[in-house]
Amino acid sequence: MLNYNQILAPTPRDLKPSGIRKFFDLAGNVDGVITLSIGEPDFKTPWHIRQAGMETLQAGRTAYTSNAGLLPLREAISQYCHTRFGLEYDPVSQVVVTVGGSEGIDLAMRTVLQAGDEVLIPEPCFVCYSPLAQMAGAVPVALPTYEKDSFRLTPETLRTAITQKTKLLILSYPNNPTGAIMRKSDYEAIAQVLRGTDIVVIADEIYIELTYAEEPCVSFAQIEGMQERTFLVNGFSKAYAMTGWRMGYLCGPKELIRTALKIHQYCIMCAPSISQYAAVEALRNGQEDIDRMREEYNMRRKYLLRTFRELGIPCFEPLGAFYVFPNLSQFGMSSEEFCRRFLEEQQVAMVPGSAFGESGEGFARISYAYSLEHLKKAMNRLELFLRSLS
Amino acid sequence: MDNRERVLRHLERDARLEPGNIADALSLPEQEVRRIIEEARADGTIVGYSTLINWDKTDRVYVSAMIEIRVHLQRGEGFDSVARSIGSFPEVQSLYLMSGGYDLMVVIEGKTMRDVALFVSEKLAVIDGVTGTATHFILNKYKDKGITFNVSECDQRVILDI
Repeated sequence: MLNYNQILAPTPRDLKPSGIRKFFDLAGNVDGVITLSIGEPDFKTPWHIRQAGMETLQAGRTAYTSNAGLLPLREAISQYCHTRFGLEYDPVSQVVVTVGGSEGIDLAMRTVLQAGDEVLIPEPCFVCYSPLAQMAGAVPVALPTYEKDSFRLTPETLRTAITQKTKLLILSYPNNPTGAIMRKSDYEAIAQVLRGTDIVVIADEIYIELTYAEEPCVSFAQIEGMQERTFLVNGFSKAYAMTGWRMGYLCGPKELIRTALKIHQYCIMCAPSISQYAAVEALRNGQEDIDRMREEYNMRRKYLLRTFRELGIPCFEPLGAFYVFPNLSQFGMSSEEFCRRFLEEQQVAMVPGSAFGESGEGFARISYAYSLEHLKKAMNRLELFLRSLS
Repeated sequence: MDNRERVLRHLERDARLEPGNIADALSLPEQEVRRIIEEARADGTIVGYSTLINWDKTDRVYVSAMIEIRVHLQRGEGFDSVARSIGSFPEVQSLYLMSGGYDLMVVIEGKTMRDVALFVSEKLAVIDGVTGTATHFILNKYKDKGITFNVSECDQRVILDI
């Protein structure tokens, strides 16, 4: 028998298993579970976009596309960045179509990181940044964010974390799992700390179309002087309910994108062609779909916030994504214990905040990518659970 | 799209939504949504609320049919008065004025095919101005009011590690 442990490369072998998985292994053993834990839209991809995919198949357009992606798609992405954010990206040299936003994050990291570099990662956050940084040989450094700051990254936290080795800062807003957003003034303050350094930013803005403030959300690349140091990651999964199509993109300075494209072409060749044609249709004719889904999410978001208020659970108002992140610290148990007992006693599954970093302890992530009826059922059970605690 | 239209679209999709839910979705004050709904009811924009039922799931015995009607108008008379006569029968579910090869279209429900036949021959055909009818029985209903029937909408999403 081979010694697989020795064969495996130490870095991937020693990556910590996801805290979410650990929790769901538990949930799998409980009957009649209501889950509040899935991080993808409950809507189906709008029909006209699905149809564009089918027409692509019928027309036999099943060959590779250019490595960077179909030019009409890159042009549509460039046009979107221009109309939505006033950002200029040359479709030929500054845009790569990726396999979901996740590949974009990986590409950006591998483009600039080398052994020993430090990557600043505001937490709580999506669980992929730290493992991807480690895989690129870098050292992840967690920057805690707090409820009192509405889970926004503060310039003070950033300033004190920067060292000679700092290479990269991740900005993931609207945020998974907190639902936090950064306003323009928050970004300005972050930009002020970065000016004069060589720190590169990955702005993972996959949820940027799902925000509920009166003002539309700004992109970090819009802040003066920041576009030249920013990898902009976005995609179609959340805005157009296209998770399974695996469609994302990476935009940035051509000097960085040129190298990112080399990595992409050697390991991926090109993103799936069928999905790319569907994505063109999404960008051209999908705005109404986004508006419709956003309204529905907003209805659910406000329902949950109101219910938490009625139940006496503090919850800061998340203005983005489709998660709420209530504060459960008053119940005198860890967030993992709270979620485990809630699951066992009332069969409702949510994700403990600690799965998203240490500063998530005391909170839980609840996804509202579920129908209002489903959420109401879950909140009734929460009320029963809280009653049993008191 | 103005606020009134947005409110109406939500209600059209789900009549059970509370004004508060619609206000949440549209980021409007609840009072404003209530006012829009009341006004729309008062001026006849909101005509009524009904429940979409798939009767095939029940033991109810019924047939429905779509009937094309050709009308010869009398001097000084419009389609409206003929439509009013036809629409007053309780069997009539919907009634439309059409362009094309015929003038009015009626959807009716009865217990048996004979009921429908009797309705056509004894009630519709004898109305002044009705010159001809063509009855089409409905064999299956796939979609109504934007909602697809007989499709189980189970959640196909799986739990991922991240």
